[in-house]
Amino acid sequence: MMSEKKNQFNNTLTIIFSVLSVLYVYPIFLVLLNSFKKKAYISRQPFSIPQGKTFVGIENYINGIEKTGLIQAAMVSAFVTVCSVLVIILCTSMCAWYIIRVKNKITSTIYYLCLFSMIVPFQMVMFPLSKIANMLHLSNPVGLIVLYLGFGAGLSVFMFTGFVKSIPLEIEEAAMIDGCTPIQTFFGIVMPIMRPTCITVAILQTMWIWNDYLLPYLTLDLRKWKTIPIAVQYLKGGYGSVDMGAMMGVLVLSIIPIIIFYAFCQRYIIEGVVAGAVKG
Amino acid sequence: MEKAIKRYFPVFVLPTLLAFTIGFIAPFIVGIYLSFCKFTTIVDARFIGTDNYGKIFTDGTFVHSLWYTTMFTIVTVILINFLAFVVAMMLTRKIKGTNVFRTIFFMPNLIGGIVLGYIWNLLLNGVLAIWDKTLTYSSTYGFWGLVILLLWQQVGYMMIIYIAGIQNIPGDLLEAARIDGADNWQQLRYVTIPMLMPSITVCTFLTLTNGFKLFDQNLALTNGEPSNMSEMLALNIFTTFYGRPGWEGVGQAKAVVFFIIVGAIAITQNVLTRSKEVQQ
Repeated sequence: MMSEKKNQFNNTLTIIFSVLSVLYVYPIFLVLLNSFKKKAYISRQPFSIPQGKTFVGIENYINGIEKTGLIQAAMVSAFVTVCSVLVIILCTSMCAWYIIRVKNKITSTIYYLCLFSMIVPFQMVMFPLSKIANMLHLSNPVGLIVLYLGFGAGLSVFMFTGFVKSIPLEIEEAAMIDGCTPIQTFFGIVMPIMRPTCITVAILQTMWIWNDYLLPYLTLDLRKWKTIPIAVQYLKGGYGSVDMGAMMGVLVLSIIPIIIFYAFCQRYIIEGVVAGAVKG
Repeated sequence: MEKAIKRYFPVFVLPTLLAFTIGFIAPFIVGIYLSFCKFTTIVDARFIGTDNYGKIFTDGTFVHSLWYTTMFTIVTVILINFLAFVVAMMLTRKIKGTNVFRTIFFMPNLIGGIVLGYIWNLLLNGVLAIWDKTLTYSSTYGFWGLVILLLWQQVGYMMIIYIAGIQNIPGDLLEAARIDGADNWQQLRYVTIPMLMPSITVCTFLTLTNGFKLFDQNLALTNGEPSNMSEMLALNIFTTFYGRPGWEGVGQAKAVVFFIIVGAIAITQNVLTRSKEVQQ
């Protein structure tokens, strides 16, 4: 009797959540729908289905790609994101291991500065950062990697140090007595143990860097390079009135890589978020 | 062992430290200094004392955006955490399709703020068009539009953290409470919520700082219109810097005040909720 009632309740919940899920996906579906519509009809009739004279095929996509240079922007975004994340993982894990294993004033200062940097909003440093980047000739995709390592170091070092503290010293000591150099010990022993943290850091940093708008907007030489968020915003900023058709095409194209990434790495992403939150 | 590692400072720490100096330490220090200067680039900065700080409050837009941001943050912290908690409770009841629902609710987090802003711009303007209004008709429309957008984006993220927390509650605790005659409400009030305090701390912290630091979504959804009335703090600082020649110093002073507010919130909130956590 009791369990029958519970079953009924759970079935009702399934139905409610199914409806909610459809509603949740609807905004993205609406953009997809409008991306096939003639631009004059998008703002006026956003909810109608494109057909007959309102249907334009892939014209909006071609238009959007041409106006924003989206293909090139996607390549810049991919390059900067992949390289930055790899560099961040390599450099900050090494740094974190060192500052936990070697205790002195310098290393503890670095540790506390990293903690401190996590609560500083980007607006605080954005102007000096963009000028410094300019002076040091870092206004290009490679320079951006350095800036992301610098501004992202706080969180990553913090997460790696949290993990290093839990690794028993004995393993490393044994390796070094057997004649391993610190570099061999780190890459042969410590790095493999840290794999889960590497994945967490990689997920969190990828989500941030891929979608980041302000840092590349302020530091990159925009005549030569754009990232995807800059390309999207450019449609609004560069022209008097927004070309809604091109906008819809660009929006759909910028969501597709994210959905593919999510489909393949879903488990890691959700685990990464939980692990990151528990330590943050 | 410490001695052997110590010599490797240049390999392990220097790359991160250099980038951290360029990307964070130097801009932070220069930023503080510039807030007491009149300047258009770093090189022509002239020390003028606290004038910039005085100007912050004569400029009405800052006080308005501070108030607007505070209201926005309060509303979103409450709504996001409440909804995320309720959904997490439902989705841990072993109902059919739980994994699909989690996947769908989490998805919007991977989409960047700029793209999210334009997706909701289309949808909300489409709905408001029924009453002949747009999102930029008044700041109230922009406010609730932004609230809906942020709910859509972040409920899934917080839900994932709450679900992890709920699954970590030992089953025998709830069982013991049930045997002692606690009803559903008492189990929730005296077992589940106290055991979830770590998750609540993390989620409140994340939603608080996310709300205060919100920029991309604000820029893409309304861009502060009508006439700066839907402008939040981060955007207000940005437009002071780059939209008003001669006001760069004031922009930097605003950024320092912004940093102090965010820092103060982060620290107080952490101290307050950590004291409420129960030891297992």
